[in-house]
Amino acid sequence: MAQLNSPEELEKFRQEVVSRRDPNTPCISICAGAGCIASGASEVIATFKAEIEKEGLKTDVVDTKETGCPGFCERGPIVVIYPEEICYLQVTPEDVPEIISQTIKKKQVVDRLLYVDPTTGESATRESDIPFYSNQERNIIGNNIHIDPKRIDDYLALGGYSALVKVLSGMTAEEVVEEVKKSNIRGRGGGGFPAGRKWEGSRNAPDEPKYVIVNADEGDPGAFMDRALLEGNPHSVLEGLIIGGYAIGSHEGYIYVRQEYPLAVENVNIAIQQAEVYGFLGENILGSGFDFTITVHRGAGAFVCGESTALMTALEGRAGEPRPKYIRSNIKGLWEKPSVLNNVETWANVPLIINKGADWFTQFGTDGSKGTKIFSLVGKITNTGLVEVPMGITLKDIIYKIGGGIPEGKQFKAVQTGGPSGGCIPEELLDLEVGFDELTKAGSMMGSGGMIVMDEDTCMVDVARYFINFLTDESCGKCVPCREGLRQMLKILTNITEGKGKAGDIELLEELSEVTGEASLCALGTSAPNPFKSTVRYFRDEYEAHIKEKKCPALSCKELISYHIDPDKCSACMICLRKCPADAVDGAKKKIHIIDQEKCTKCATCFEVCPSRFSAVQKISGEPVPDPIPEDARTIAKKSKEK
Amino acid sequence: MDINRIDQIIDRYDSDASALIQVLLEIQSENHWLPREALERVSEKLEVPLSRINHIATFYKAFSLVPKGRHEVHICMGTACHVRGATRVLDTVEDLTGIKPGETDLDLKFSIETVNCLGCCALGPVMEIDGKTHGKMSPAETSDVLKSYE
Amino acid sequence: MSEILLQIDGKEVKAKEGMTVLQAAQSAGVSIPTLCHHEKLEPFGGCRICIVEVEVRGWTRHVVSCVYPVAENLVVKTRSEKIDKIRKMILELLLAHAPDSPELKDLAQAYGADKDRFEKDASFCIHCALCVRYCAEVKKANAVGFVDRGIRKEISFIPEISSKECKSCMECFPLCPTSYLQAVFVLTEALASPSPSSDPEQKQESLPPTGSG
Repeated sequence: MAQLNSPEELEKFRQEVVSRRDPNTPCISICAGAGCIASGASEVIATFKAEIEKEGLKTDVVDTKETGCPGFCERGPIVVIYPEEICYLQVTPEDVPEIISQTIKKKQVVDRLLYVDPTTGESATRESDIPFYSNQERNIIGNNIHIDPKRIDDYLALGGYSALVKVLSGMTAEEVVEEVKKSNIRGRGGGGFPAGRKWEGSRNAPDEPKYVIVNADEGDPGAFMDRALLEGNPHSVLEGLIIGGYAIGSHEGYIYVRQEYPLAVENVNIAIQQAEVYGFLGENILGSGFDFTITVHRGAGAFVCGESTALMTALEGRAGEPRPKYIRSNIKGLWEKPSVLNNVETWANVPLIINKGADWFTQFGTDGSKGTKIFSLVGKITNTGLVEVPMGITLKDIIYKIGGGIPEGKQFKAVQTGGPSGGCIPEELLDLEVGFDELTKAGSMMGSGGMIVMDEDTCMVDVARYFINFLTDESCGKCVPCREGLRQMLKILTNITEGKGKAGDIELLEELSEVTGEASLCALGTSAPNPFKSTVRYFRDEYEAHIKEKKCPALSCKELISYHIDPDKCSACMICLRKCPADAVDGAKKKIHIIDQEKCTKCATCFEVCPSRFSAVQKISGEPVPDPIPEDARTIAKKSKEK
Repeated sequence: MDINRIDQIIDRYDSDASALIQVLLEIQSENHWLPREALERVSEKLEVPLSRINHIATFYKAFSLVPKGRHEVHICMGTACHVRGATRVLDTVEDLTGIKPGETDLDLKFSIETVNCLGCCALGPVMEIDGKTHGKMSPAETSDVLKSYE
Repeated sequence: MSEILLQIDGKEVKAKEGMTVLQAAQSAGVSIPTLCHHEKLEPFGGCRICIVEVEVRGWTRHVVSCVYPVAENLVVKTRSEKIDKIRKMILELLLAHAPDSPELKDLAQAYGADKDRFEKDASFCIHCALCVRYCAEVKKANAVGFVDRGIRKEISFIPEISSKECKSCMECFPLCPTSYLQAVFVLTEALASPSPSSDPEQKQESLPPTGSG
């Protein structure tokens, strides 16, 4: 592979790549993202390859492609067969021979592997017909299923690096900055700062050298959009970064990626190597005279390193303690030099903005929030996965139209956005049109895009405790309000969930929130009180029930619930008696079972194993357990089973 | 760990002090923990004070200053997994192995750590053992998976 | 270095470019409380007690004066209801660790902080980092540093270095507002080289001075 030394050479090469691909040759695309791999995709891929070889089918008859994550993670492993775009879900190795014989050889669809709409019963053959996908606007993530991230030619075949060509051969650095400014794209990592303005600040800063940085730390638990992009389409991020470097006058890029994403680390390193071979990185890129190199730096397990100044401190080889941001990092950042740090998704948007123009970009979204956003829709939701939607879509549409609503017939309670810096949004606000400012006004924030759906079984006080616990673990510990403020908040919240809450606790938590929110050194600290503040704003009654009545309305907090077997429903089947790890169930065949509250460890095993036709085990909170029925009433006579 | 091996790793990064974390990650990955001698060697060759290396080795969760077991069990406690019952998976692992997160059992068989999000949220609750991800874990399945490891 | 004119608590103050608000205030005789600040050390910004309100281009925000640079026409307020509330709570949070610290007790009196507001914690380190920073920046010995993070963060001596350097230096000891530093030093010494002598009087002589200077 010779280096491509000019835009003309690139275009010629691209034509050759495209001409070698027959769009009508069947191609079996199997998602090889971390999620599907965890669901067994590796075995599916291996089985496809073995079966194809066994059947003696050559690559001009059928090809396989291991792709990036297309987002419907709940139903993986996912297989899409082109050119018909037939989408099979939850494919197992056992399904493979049938797919080869039916779909590849006989052009017939295997119905049982198709998506079936739970309400209408209709099945969808093509990927784009599945409501989960059809209701999205997949400008960025839509490419994942077409790309093998380990093959740069796939990216070229889709027009990859044409934005870089446009920039290097026809735009000045200032023009690039202007276009990004015109697009009004706001940072996709959480801060929501206008990227164009950030770039302009660095462009105009007289200091050298300058740096561009990809924040791929993605520390928000529940968020995995960046993982899918970096694993699945790393070149889109590289291309954006090189363009950004050109725009501000930087020749060195860094990608800070968390080490918990080994596949993303692997794929981005392969992508960089291939880009170097092709000449998209290095000296005199495509004959333009512009030099640019990228270094990958792995994180080592610290959420706080997702904060931009802490990330830069970590890049310098230090413990990731944030610095005060009184002078912005785009002026004094990495090594005190002008540095533009942006999130993975922000960088991935750049080639699109350059190729299709800021005007195209601004037709998506709202006035204050332009473009599309990828959200990770997780938790108590039917269709878990990654969804890309235009800003301005309502939460209700995301959760119900795309997400398929709450499983098991449970009631929606809240959706948590923005990670540990965000808050919970209750049902009455579901018509909220998603956008940076709208979410902030509701007491939450956009954050990196994590969207965790919670139902009636989720205790909101426990949610606040969970996040504060997370943050005390992840706080760097440098400043008093965060370290000490969160330490005290955690103690109080834990006490409340254990039934030890007392009057004045909420007020003390509110005061601690005020100080931590105002005086902390970095955004981890100043936003730490948000989960508490939003849950107390919308679910204050739950806090009060925990404190005043020692009751957990969601029946979730272990210390506040007791398990009780309803004597009217118990049929003495002995299942819970045998399974109870604490031997706390007293009973016998035909003798109604009773839980010994002294021995009960509240593990919930009895609650889960009691057959649904009896549903005899109840959770009780805030009131005493009913007294056991008298001994002579415990015997079940055959006839009295009639109800 | 062999001093030469440590030197090789350091040389790969041109003995650049800013690559300290990357060097330690490689040593941790190969050796499964960071012995004192390794830290002292890194301090000497990268010309970085040992106090800074100690801070970094304890600040970041990826590093361990004590030997780890043959099998590293990571239980995800991210929000999505938490909401789907990760605490019960953790309880099961603790009961079966007899150790708590951050600990290694006496046979040096299992080491347990909690992690804050592996990015497989759709499959929660998630448990990762030796780099292999196991999704949709229930307490019973957790028990089966653990028992399959020697 | 050009001269900068700013306002602190209604008073006109002349400062030089590159100065911090704290330095400008101190030069004008305006007192702002500090705990982690020291003229010989780089500003740390950890205790947050020097927090002040600044107004620049119509925007008001709270910043820590030990780090915030002076700017032309900056309007600074060193006391307000909000500032006092923040300082009071910072003190109460720290008093849970070191209720007997003279510096904390003095400030507690000035701001009405209640040392019993929060349950006492076993460690009396307040993380001002004066010891760590002094040893790194002034002595360049790096005998003591931090380990871990968050609520588990603590100071730690490197026994091989401290056994050689500290006895003849001890310059950081008077800086510690709580004497936690001395306690950790003694513990480190004892663990690294347990004394064979059982004579209590012999042991007394080798203890470092306590209390702050």
